[in-house]
Amino acid sequence: MVTPVLPLTMSGAVVKRRSKIVLGPVDLTIGGQGLTIVLGPNGAGKTTLLRALHGLERLAQGDTVWQVPLDQARARQGFVFQSPIMLRRSVLDNLTYPLRLNGMAKPEAAQMARGWAARVGLDRALEQPAPQLSGGEQQKLALARALITAPEIVFLDEPCASLDGRATREIETILLAAHASGTRIVMATHDIGQAKRLATEVVFMMRGAIVENGPAAAFFASPKTPQAAALLRGDIVE
Amino acid sequence: MGDIWEGLASGFWLVVTLDPDLVAITLMSLRVTVTATLIASCIALPFGAWLAIRRFRHRRLVIAVLNALMGLPPVVVGLIVYLLFSRSGPFGVLGLLFTPTAMIIAQVIIIAPLIASIAHQAMRDLWADYHDLLISMSASKWQRVKTLIWDGRRALLTAALAGFGRAIGEVGAIMIVGGNIDNATRVLTTAIALETGKGDFARALGLGFVLIGLAVTVNIVIHTVGRTEREGKW
Ligand SMILES: Nc1ncnc2c1ncn2[C@@H]1O[C@H](COP(=O)(O)OP(=O)(O)O)[C@@H](O)[C@H]1O
Ligand SMILES: [Mg+2]
Repeated sequence: MVTPVLPLTMSGAVVKRRSKIVLGPVDLTIGGQGLTIVLGPNGAGKTTLLRALHGLERLAQGDTVWQVPLDQARARQGFVFQSPIMLRRSVLDNLTYPLRLNGMAKPEAAQMARGWAARVGLDRALEQPAPQLSGGEQQKLALARALITAPEIVFLDEPCASLDGRATREIETILLAAHASGTRIVMATHDIGQAKRLATEVVFMMRGAIVENGPAAAFFASPKTPQAAALLRGDIVE
Repeated sequence: MGDIWEGLASGFWLVVTLDPDLVAITLMSLRVTVTATLIASCIALPFGAWLAIRRFRHRRLVIAVLNALMGLPPVVVGLIVYLLFSRSGPFGVLGLLFTPTAMIIAQVIIIAPLIASIAHQAMRDLWADYHDLLISMSASKWQRVKTLIWDGRRALLTAALAGFGRAIGEVGAIMIVGGNIDNATRVLTTAIALETGKGDFARALGLGFVLIGLAVTVNIVIHTVGRTEREGKW
């Protein structure tokens, strides 16, 4: 039995940019199950929080603790960036890339890649250069590429921010399927509708700090802070 | 005017009849410049890539020096190589002055900074693009380097070709260190200079056609590589 990487505990985490605090101090536990939505206006620190959890940001203070050593934990996470990073390769090669990094044989990796391409509707674009795909297709490819290694947790940074309704729904469908099969999901968005559709837990952020954090149902029914209440009423919060 | 037309016609004739002298000079040019390009690429491509990926003290200084070296006048490079390899110079005992080897050395010095600089820019852009993804996927240092080299292969080839283009048309340095000796160190550019001086425009133009052909070919290849890059082929 492999030790699960979760729960993940972040304590007293502070991220600075040019000696200015942009995040924290943050205390947050990401448990074994659920779909956490990190909600907040632009500049609230959602991206920074996700990157810090994933280990892409150097912490000025505090730490992040997984249930397994850090080098093992990293390989069991996925990350989808707000603007998808496409390898300058074909769709197929983008999908096989993380598998090949982990040492999977080429035919096996290609077979898995075809399966995932089909699941995200890219099976007819397999040989196409990934940078040529549309924004929505790129984001679906990035999502499939993050999920293909069967990570225990996936972070997504506003994956639908620049997508139309149809692409957004496709992404959400894939995400819900991954969630149903046991993948822990932590996703940033500033779209309250999306948060309501997906969240089981909400982390509400403003100005680099977590303002509210708890079960989604409670957050949407009776927000504890005036800022969250204002946001849910549809006021502009900044 | 008549002279020029006549020269053009007979120059063209020399090319189409594969005049033995012209062929020999062309082959010497290619031998020197291809060798210089290969050697310079072996040094400059990894160096440029390394500069793009590694963060270290004085990195900016190294890049500034590299850009300064790119602007070195080839004639001065020729002079320095001449002094180093002349009989009384530190490497005089090697007896390399007025040999193709000396010309190769001069060309390597001239084009290596150019190749390194182009490779550096390309790799820097690619690395900026890929950095977060490769870290996120916990690619090892070696896997990262392999990925960058593979996905940047067209840019690296372009860098090498740019070096070739610069070297094949260079005349000052190889004139000084090669001496333009018939059947030994005479190449296209130095032969053109000589024939023009002698007033043999037919020969000069024939050689010029070949040189233009090579330069144009290189640029077409660079252009094609750029297009396949955008279209994402190979
Ligand atoms: N590269 C950077 N340099 C300086 N400040 C930055 C940088 N990136 C983000 N910030 C600042 O950090 C804060 C949080 O940003 P971010 O995490 O991107 O917020 P969000 O993703 O919620 O929009 C913002 O105030 C932003 O201005
Ligand atoms: Mg953001």
